[in-house]
Amino acid sequence: MQTNESIEKKIIIFRLGEEEFGIPVELVKSIEKVQSITRVPGTASYITGVLNLRGVITPVIDLRERFELGSYESTELTRMIVVSINDTEAGLIADSANDVIDIRTEQIEPSPEVAGIIKTDYISGVVKVDKRLIIMLDLEEVLHSAPSLASSGA
Amino acid sequence: MEMSQYLEIFIEESKEHLQACNEKLLELEKSPENLSIVNDIFRSAHTLKGMSATMGYEDLANLTHQMENVLDAIRNGKNSVTPVLLDTVFASVDLLEEMVLSIADGGDGKKDVKHVVSRLKAIENGSDVPQPVDPSPQVSAENKLGSYDDFQKTVILQSKEQGFHAFELTVQLREGCLLKAVRAFMVFEILDQAGEIVKSVPSVDQLEEENFEYEFSVAILTQMSKEELESRILKVSEIEKVSALPIHLEQLAVQEETAAAFQQAAAASSELASAPEAVQKAKTSSKTIRVNIDRLDILMNLFEELVIDRGRLETISKDLKNAELQETVERMTRISGDLQSIILNMRMVPIETVFNRFPRMVRQLAKDLNKKIDLHISGAETELDRTVIDEIGDPLVHLIRNSMDHGIEAPEIRAGKGKSETGRVELKAYHSGNHVFIEVSDDGAGINREKVLWRAIERGIVTEQSSLEMTERQINELIFAPGFSTAEQISDISGRGVGLDVVKSAIEALGGSVTVDSEEGKGSLFSVQLPLTLSIISVLLVELEKEKYAIPISSVIETAVIRKEDIMNAHNQKVIDFRGKIVPLVFLKQIFDVPHAEAEDSEFLSMVVVKKGERLAGLVVDSFIGQLEVVLKPLGNYLNGVFAISGATILGDGEVALIVDCNALIK
Repeated sequence: MQTNESIEKKIIIFRLGEEEFGIPVELVKSIEKVQSITRVPGTASYITGVLNLRGVITPVIDLRERFELGSYESTELTRMIVVSINDTEAGLIADSANDVIDIRTEQIEPSPEVAGIIKTDYISGVVKVDKRLIIMLDLEEVLHSAPSLASSGA
Repeated sequence: MEMSQYLEIFIEESKEHLQACNEKLLELEKSPENLSIVNDIFRSAHTLKGMSATMGYEDLANLTHQMENVLDAIRNGKNSVTPVLLDTVFASVDLLEEMVLSIADGGDGKKDVKHVVSRLKAIENGSDVPQPVDPSPQVSAENKLGSYDDFQKTVILQSKEQGFHAFELTVQLREGCLLKAVRAFMVFEILDQAGEIVKSVPSVDQLEEENFEYEFSVAILTQMSKEELESRILKVSEIEKVSALPIHLEQLAVQEETAAAFQQAAAASSELASAPEAVQKAKTSSKTIRVNIDRLDILMNLFEELVIDRGRLETISKDLKNAELQETVERMTRISGDLQSIILNMRMVPIETVFNRFPRMVRQLAKDLNKKIDLHISGAETELDRTVIDEIGDPLVHLIRNSMDHGIEAPEIRAGKGKSETGRVELKAYHSGNHVFIEVSDDGAGINREKVLWRAIERGIVTEQSSLEMTERQINELIFAPGFSTAEQISDISGRGVGLDVVKSAIEALGGSVTVDSEEGKGSLFSVQLPLTLSIISVLLVELEKEKYAIPISSVIETAVIRKEDIMNAHNQKVIDFRGKIVPLVFLKQIFDVPHAEAEDSEFLSMVVVKKGERLAGLVVDSFIGQLEVVLKPLGNYLNGVFAISGATILGDGEVALIVDCNALIK
C-alpha cells in the first residue's frame, strides 16, 4: 500500500545535448524516427515543418531551435516525440529519447532560478533520480508561448 | 424496456415520415383526387403512430391517430380533400414536427394537441359526403377486347385491304356448362378453319385452364360473312349466344386518342406539382443503411494510409522488377482505385435532402406574405459531399426568403406590370466540372440599383465618390455587404434582420462563392458555387527547387512558358503581357523563401496563370509535375493562418505537399 502522498508517475526522458528532459507519459502519443519533413514557409524558425504521421498532418518543432540552441543535427539517435496537449498535436525533435522512468510526484521540485541551457519559463520543475537531474518541461508553454507566427510572407 | 437506444432511430425516422407527409400533402393540394397520395400519407402517419406509441409519446400517437382517421375517411370516399382539411392536416404535421424536435432536444414530446385534434374530429364527422370522382376513362361497353397493339392493327388493316372482314366475336356459353374449356376449344377449331385469330380475351391459356366465366371474345379475320360465322359457331353445343361485330379501327383510334389525351392531362397536372422528382424517387428507392459520418471519416483516413502504402509498394516493385510482384501490385492498385471511388461516393448525398424542406416553407411563406408563388425545383438528384449538405441548408433558406420577400411583388403589383399574378421561384442544382452550382432565381422586381447605392452610401459602406465608378455587378454585390438591408423594415421573413452577408460568409466558409445577377423588373438570379466535396480536390503539382506545392485546379486558368525578356516592370511590380492582358507575376520562390542551391539562369520561366474573381496573376514556378486528385488536409490547430497556404496533402510517396492559397496571393 502506498501512502496517498506518493503517486507514481511515468515520465519519458529525452536528451538535448547533455541535459535530460522529462514529459509525463500520458501526453506522449509515440516516439518516432525523424522522417522527411516538409518545410512550411512563413512560420517561426523553430517550426521545422509538417510531416505525415499515419495520415495526419503533424507540425514538427525543433526543440533545440525552440530553446535557442541552434538547429538539430540528424543522427541515428535523433527522435521525434509526438505529444498531444489540448487537441494540439506536435512532434518535438530531440537528440535522443530512450528512457522511461517512474517517479513519485513529491520528487518533483520547483524549478530553480537557473536551470542550465534553457529559459526557466519552459520548466515546470526538476526531478533528481540517483545522480541524474531531469528537467520537467512545461509543454503548454513550449507549444504556445511563441510569438505569433509570421503572417506576411510577401 | 429501455428505449433510449432506439431514440435516435425514432427521431430520424419520424423526421423522414413527417417530411414525406409534407411533400405528399403538397402534391395532394395540387391533385386532390389522387387517392394514392392519400394512401402514402396514411401509411406514413400510420407508421409514425405505431412508433410513437411504442416509444410512449402519447400526444404524438393521439394526434397521428386522429390524422389517420381523417385520411382514412378520404380513402373510403367519406370525405373529400378541401382547403380547410389540408390546412388542418398541415397544422397537425407542424405540431408533430415540433413534438419530434422537442424529443430530439431531450424533451418529453408533450404538447397540447386538443385544439388540432378537435378540428380534425370536426372534419372527420361534420363534413358533407362528396361524390368520389373516378378519374380513369370508362372503356366503352362494346369494346370488350380493349385496344390493339401496333402489330395487331397492322394485321387487321392489311387483311381488310385484301378483302377480309374483321370481327369481334363474343361467345356466351350456356350457364351451367360443364366442359367450358372444351367448348372454347371447339369454337377455336371452327374459327381456325374460318380465318385467322388476332386476339382473344381472356387469353388462350386462360381459356384452356377454364379461367373465365361464361363469356369470351375473339378478334378474327375472315372472308366469311357475319351470319355464316355465327351459325357455324352455334353448331357447337352448349353455346348460348354468339354475336359478331365488325371492328372499326378508325373508331378505335379515336377512343385511344381520348384515353391518351386523358393520361397526358393527368401526367401534365402531376408535372405541375412542385416536386416531380419526389415521385420518381419513391420508385427507385433501394435498401439503405444508416452510417455515422464519423465512421466514414475513419474509413477514409484508413484508406488514405492504404493509398500511401500502395505508392510505396509500387516504387518497390518497380525497383525489384519481379513480374509476379508487379502483377500483384497492379491488381492491388486497381482494386484500391475502385475502393476509393466507392468510399468517396458513400459520402455523397443527393441535395434532395435539403431541397425537400423548401416546398412547404414556400407555401407557408407565400401565405404569410399574401403573395402567390410557385416553387420549381430541378436537379434535386445532384450529389454533394455530406459535410457540404449539412451546411448549405441555412444559406439557401435565406436566399429563397430573400427572393420571396424582396424579389416577388404582391399579386396586384404584378398584375399592374403585366406579369402573371403568380410569381415563380426556381431552385436549381447541377454539376459542372468539380463544382456544384445551386441557383435561386425569381421573376420578381429585381434589384433596384439606385436604391441599393443610396442605402450603401447612407450606411457608409461605399463613399459617394467611389460609387460613381462601380459596375452594375459591383452594385449588385453590395447587398452582400455586412450591415446592409434594403427592407424598409426588418421583417421576420428575410431572416430576422440577418443580412445576406451571413449567407455569403457561410458559403465562403465552405470554399464556395455566391454571385447575383439581376435585371430590374425581370427578376434576380443568385448563383452559389460549391466544391463537390471538402476533402478531395484536383491540384496541379509544381516544383520549386526540391519542394513540391499543389495549386488547386479550380483557380488555374492555364500554364505557360514565358521568356525572361518579356517580363516588364510596372510600379515596382513585374508584369507580363499575357494574351493582351497585363498580368502581374508572383515569384513563388521568393514568397515561400525557398532555399535555393545555385542560381541557374534560364531563359524561360514556367508560369501558372491563376484567377481570383476577375483578376489574374501568374505564379512563377520551376516546373510542372502534373495534375492529380489529392485529399485536402488542414495544417492543424498549431499552424493556422500561414500566409498563402490553405492546407496540405499527402502524396503517393508519403511526403507532404502544401496547397497554395491563390486568393491570398492576388491582391
